[in-house]
Amino acid sequence: MSARLRAWVEARVPMQALIDAMRHKTVPLHRYSLWYYFGGMTLFLFGIQVGTGALLLLYYRPSASEAYESVQFIMARVPFGWLVRSIHAWAANLMVGCALLHLVSVVFLQAYRPPREITWVSGVLLLTLTLAFGFSGYLLPWNELAFFATRVGTDLAEAVPAAGDFIVRFMRGGDDVTGATLTRMFGVHVAILPAITTVLVALHLLLVQAHGMSLPPSIERMAREQGRRVRSIPFLPHFVLRDLFAWTIVLALLAALSAFYPWQLGTKADPFAPAPAGIRPEWYFLWMFESLKYMPATIAGISGELVALIGFVLCGILVLLLPFLVGHREHARRRVRWVAMFVIAFVAVMTMIALRIPGEGQP
Amino acid sequence: MCPSMRAVLSRRTVLDRLLGAWAAGVVGSILYPVARYLVPPDVPEAATATVSGGSAASLAPNSGRIVPFGSAPVLLVRTPAGELRAFSATCTHLDCTVQYRPDLEHVWCACHNGHYDLEGRNIAGPPPRPLTPFDINLNGDEIVISRRA
Repeated sequence: MSARLRAWVEARVPMQALIDAMRHKTVPLHRYSLWYYFGGMTLFLFGIQVGTGALLLLYYRPSASEAYESVQFIMARVPFGWLVRSIHAWAANLMVGCALLHLVSVVFLQAYRPPREITWVSGVLLLTLTLAFGFSGYLLPWNELAFFATRVGTDLAEAVPAAGDFIVRFMRGGDDVTGATLTRMFGVHVAILPAITTVLVALHLLLVQAHGMSLPPSIERMAREQGRRVRSIPFLPHFVLRDLFAWTIVLALLAALSAFYPWQLGTKADPFAPAPAGIRPEWYFLWMFESLKYMPATIAGISGELVALIGFVLCGILVLLLPFLVGHREHARRRVRWVAMFVIAFVAVMTMIALRIPGEGQP
Repeated sequence: MCPSMRAVLSRRTVLDRLLGAWAAGVVGSILYPVARYLVPPDVPEAATATVSGGSAASLAPNSGRIVPFGSAPVLLVRTPAGELRAFSATCTHLDCTVQYRPDLEHVWCACHNGHYDLEGRNIAGPPPRPLTPFDINLNGDEIVISRRA
């Protein structure tokens, strides 16, 4: 770009201050630096979801009579339609995976400690939204597996005392999972969730930029003891280029998964057919699904489902408020790591049990 | 410039070009499928040759009705003299659907005030060409509309 053109653009779109700020910003370099890339990878996957989702909207028809056929049309007739849909489905799973790894790394590196409480809260909310994206998007191809998974998933809310029926009706757009549910999930998936997510992503990124990268306490301590500063690299271009490299790996993985394991469509949902064996939710909900199987029908006079539901909700609230519960106490943060290890082990075991016994029925 | 300096510069140039080629490859391998995806595939439509225009007795003189012919509308008209005619109902101006105006006793397009006579000829307004005529046969009381060969 010639100097004159650059000056012309700068006079009209003043970006130099921002670029200078990015050049001055640094990112610490230490043995845990690898974990800094998972947030960016999640963001990249979100971008891919927005792009491929917009492409799918060009051919998808959100009605019970046409949804399945339109997805079939996308996969069989539209050039590269199979690729676009496979990338959308695979990227959704990778996005949940990256977001979970990002969360776990923040717990273990204790990056949620003050003043980053709000960054943590916005991140947990974004993870919840990501799961809601997964749940609402699962039904859209209107296939058998998704139909029954959605019935089970929405029916869980019935265990809530007093408001249960209302919540189920609200989620389904009626008493049962029908075309009305499909339209509702579609609206949530393509309009409501993206709008909320965009705002929260902006807030999250703004906070990350404002606070800079968090240094793990162990690295901070080591630097202090050795009386030197932690090594760092400039955000622009060093960190950005490394970020791009990470994104390229994600893209390559995504392309390979989509090309070698194209996402299947299954058979069309039939509301009057019995549920086939092997109904189960997406992998990231499997641990909840498996835990529900081990709940007795009633515990101290309360329905087992309600106990499980209360447990899940309480866990969610504890996770959301984690930085406020821990505060500045260092020993509490260390204890959080042990709890986190226990939770990860529990979720991993439950998920593995659910994967090992395919088609054992549903709760 | 010393020789070693030149070597460093040329290595950088080579790496820059490699990086550029790689970036072009990535961008190209995204843009090509997207561009192909955006172009809608041809959906072969079963070619309609004839359709039923309904009962002849139910169509009064000086009136008309629209009959679907495949995915396109056809205007079926009974003239004031009692003759049956059929034309493509798609206006030759900008694709609106025309209608029969009993008060004018001819075919009219509401979008830009185009007029066609009972032979389908464009007689007033912006339409550039006459309406495509269709053949009509009677099978008892049933009107059979067919594409003119």
